[in-house]
Amino acid sequence: MVTVELPRYLNEALSSSQSLPLITVTPQGLYCAPGHFHIDPWRPVERALITHAHGDHARGGSHRYLGARAGEGLLHRRLGADSVIDTLEYGERLSINDVTVSFHPAGHVLGSAQIRLEHQGEVWVVSGDYKRAPDPTCAPFEVVRCNTFITEATFGLPIYRWDDTRLVAEDILKWWDANRATGRASVLFCYALGKAQRILAELARLTDRPAYVHGALHSLVAVYREAGVHMIPTQLVSEVEKGTSFAGALVLAPPSAGGSTWMRRFGEYETGFASGWMRVRGNRRRRGFDRGFVLSDHADWPDLLRTVADTQAERVLVTHGYTDPLAHYLRDSGVDAAPLATPFEGEAED
Amino acid sequence: MRRLADLYEALDQTTSTNAKVDALVRYFQQAPPEDAAWALYFLTGQKLKRLLTTKLLVGWTQELTGIPGWLFEEVYASVGDLAEVIALLLDALERPAETEELPLSVWLEQRLLPLRNLDAAEQRERVVSWWKAMPRRELFLLNKMLTGELRVGVSATLVIRAVAQVAGLPPPSVAHRLMGTWTPTPAFFQQLVSPDVSDGHSSRPYPFYLASPLEQPPESLGDLADWQVEWKWDGIRGQLIRRQGGVYLWSRGEELITERFPEISEAAAALPEGTVLDGEVLAYEDGRPLPFALLQRRIGRQKLTPKVLAEAPAAFIVYDLLELGGKDVRELPLRERRAKLEALLKDRPRFPISPSVQAASWEELAKARGEARERNVEGFMLKRRDSAYLTGRKRGDWWKWKIDPFTVDAVLLYAHPGHGRRSSLYTDYTFAVWNGTELQPVTKAYSGLTDEEIGRLDRWIRAHTKEKYGPVRSVEPEQVFELHFEGIQASPRHKSGVALRFPRIARWRTDKKPQDADSLDTLKELLDARG
Ligand SMILES: [Zn+2]
Ligand SMILES: [Zn+2]
Repeated sequence: MVTVELPRYLNEALSSSQSLPLITVTPQGLYCAPGHFHIDPWRPVERALITHAHGDHARGGSHRYLGARAGEGLLHRRLGADSVIDTLEYGERLSINDVTVSFHPAGHVLGSAQIRLEHQGEVWVVSGDYKRAPDPTCAPFEVVRCNTFITEATFGLPIYRWDDTRLVAEDILKWWDANRATGRASVLFCYALGKAQRILAELARLTDRPAYVHGALHSLVAVYREAGVHMIPTQLVSEVEKGTSFAGALVLAPPSAGGSTWMRRFGEYETGFASGWMRVRGNRRRRGFDRGFVLSDHADWPDLLRTVADTQAERVLVTHGYTDPLAHYLRDSGVDAAPLATPFEGEAED
Repeated sequence: MRRLADLYEALDQTTSTNAKVDALVRYFQQAPPEDAAWALYFLTGQKLKRLLTTKLLVGWTQELTGIPGWLFEEVYASVGDLAEVIALLLDALERPAETEELPLSVWLEQRLLPLRNLDAAEQRERVVSWWKAMPRRELFLLNKMLTGELRVGVSATLVIRAVAQVAGLPPPSVAHRLMGTWTPTPAFFQQLVSPDVSDGHSSRPYPFYLASPLEQPPESLGDLADWQVEWKWDGIRGQLIRRQGGVYLWSRGEELITERFPEISEAAAALPEGTVLDGEVLAYEDGRPLPFALLQRRIGRQKLTPKVLAEAPAAFIVYDLLELGGKDVRELPLRERRAKLEALLKDRPRFPISPSVQAASWEELAKARGEARERNVEGFMLKRRDSAYLTGRKRGDWWKWKIDPFTVDAVLLYAHPGHGRRSSLYTDYTFAVWNGTELQPVTKAYSGLTDEEIGRLDRWIRAHTKEKYGPVRSVEPEQVFELHFEGIQASPRHKSGVALRFPRIARWRTDKKPQDADSLDTLKELLDARG
């Protein structure tokens, strides 16, 4: 166990704050006063504990970072090579000013973690983003018992339920095959970090045909490969010789590439979008995608409820997305739950 | 039902026109005629009357899923489609791996339509049992049918193209056969795709070709010499058919109005066999159209007495020739159709051809457009001289260049007696609009009402007079009129601050209450908009 010493005056100041909850929301972000650190802060702070490398959770500018070792590569990409990033293995404990912290797999993306805090016998868990569905690109979600559970609620409505990922991957392959048969490219939009690699890994169970990737995905795919994740072969779109035909090819790109001049090179193509939001027909139609594949790296409604129950938490704070409906529903089911206002974006593209 | 779900999904999943037609063709090739007829029914935008109230469906869903009312509302607000919300929520139910597949026609004829005759308990039992045994896509369609809102995102043109491809017929023939009313029976569908083109329906009209409103400057249409210009008559667009000894007059709304206009149908009996004309039914006297209101009143009459016929005599002003000697000539260029039309109607004064307006330039034409009002027309029709007679509203070849009057709904405030022959009647009126909570007089108007309306209004004025100022009477502010006018100017001489140009009464809005009248601010906004 590693122990970090705080200056004495700070320790004394903090020991008087015992009646405060272990985590509060400050202008900088989620703050653990007894430990004097922040979790996924949205402004620069002294010490930041990071759940995972997505942009709304890992922001630059803080003095020191602490994250799960499995996500080290991604955190360095996101925060810059100069950032001071310490890591812990999943489950490894560290005391920070009287608070014991540890990281536990969240099953969301490579290296994603829930953060467990223990202080004077009380345990809090900050879920970050998480999912329960199996994912070949990251360690599976681990249930961590706690007194207070801070859960995300990106898809916190009962209409959100996910089909088996393998069926979705088969659908994607069928779509690709159908477009190949008519000589069209298949441009599949997806979140550049996590979703793209998960699709490439799921497809690797079904085919070994290579796919093209947009520059925004390319280096992230490399980080996943370094971490030992098996995916279908990929090539960077911009490395393809001028004049090469993309007929029949699969191209993965971030949604922001849609409608840009970058798309012109693909000739005739169909577009698809892989996201939990595609569960609702209107979402796909509004954005003009030909196909929607329902694939999310977040927990669906049944898994949110299941996870809350699994943690056996006495108190649940809900952040990220449909916070009010989920908190309301939990309260009606006898759980002490309340929304927790944070500026996390709720993963508009995920 | 599965086949329809596949089709729905295929149409929903592509923005490509060709892919949509391909999906439709696949469907119509595979579906048995009794199913295809129903699919066509929905694809052409027809709807079943709602079979069940949404309240029942929502209630059953909540019972089955345990979703409380507030959460259902929340979900509905985020999805916005009730049939979809229910289908998504019911995903929580355990379903058998293998689901029963029934043909669409069986679903409709043996399951859905009979629901109407059942009580709520039985309706619930049936619908819930179907829900529990259906995959989500089909459940979604079922819900759409139950709530009477099944709509498929595909245009009639594409449906016609697909059916035509399956049948090996030209699309206009299919469009033709889909006109009028039909019921979704296998016999109907078989007849629709039948290669036999001599199908007996002598009364069947061709689809109308509709002009699009001209939004760009007319100069952008190129050389005026390429265009045939006609007045845009304000009547009832119609198609006059003379086939196999019969005469049929269709309105654009696909209504048979032969009986309503005996003078037209009698005259049409003298047309040669196998003639179909496109034109406009107008109230028409001495070579001049009468106001549309006269025609409208005639349509409203139950009985066509000689008096009614004399008051609003009707004529069919001919625009175009669609069939000649039993041959469909719609593909010929307009200039050729027009020449044949002129030859055909040369000695038939009962069928005046809509004259073409002569002008040397677009500019001169724009000036002539000013005469439109005096002629009781709505503007110009611009038709490309080499255009075929297409179906529907296809942009590019036919434009309507309308003069839109300004309109205002105003309240009758004062009545003045008329002059000469009408000096014993109140025929001139002062109208007001709202200025805050007060009615502010804005204009006088006198033309536009029929004699019958003037008589009726005169009696009302006498019975609802508030005060008399010499010959002028103020009346209860109760009657609302739609006024049309040509322009508006700021005017310090008028208390209202505005003056209307050429105001006239367009309609007596007996359906409106004084509080529905417009405000002075609305009028002043026009002032700003027109500089
Ligand atoms: Zn995330
Ligand atoms: Zn997030």
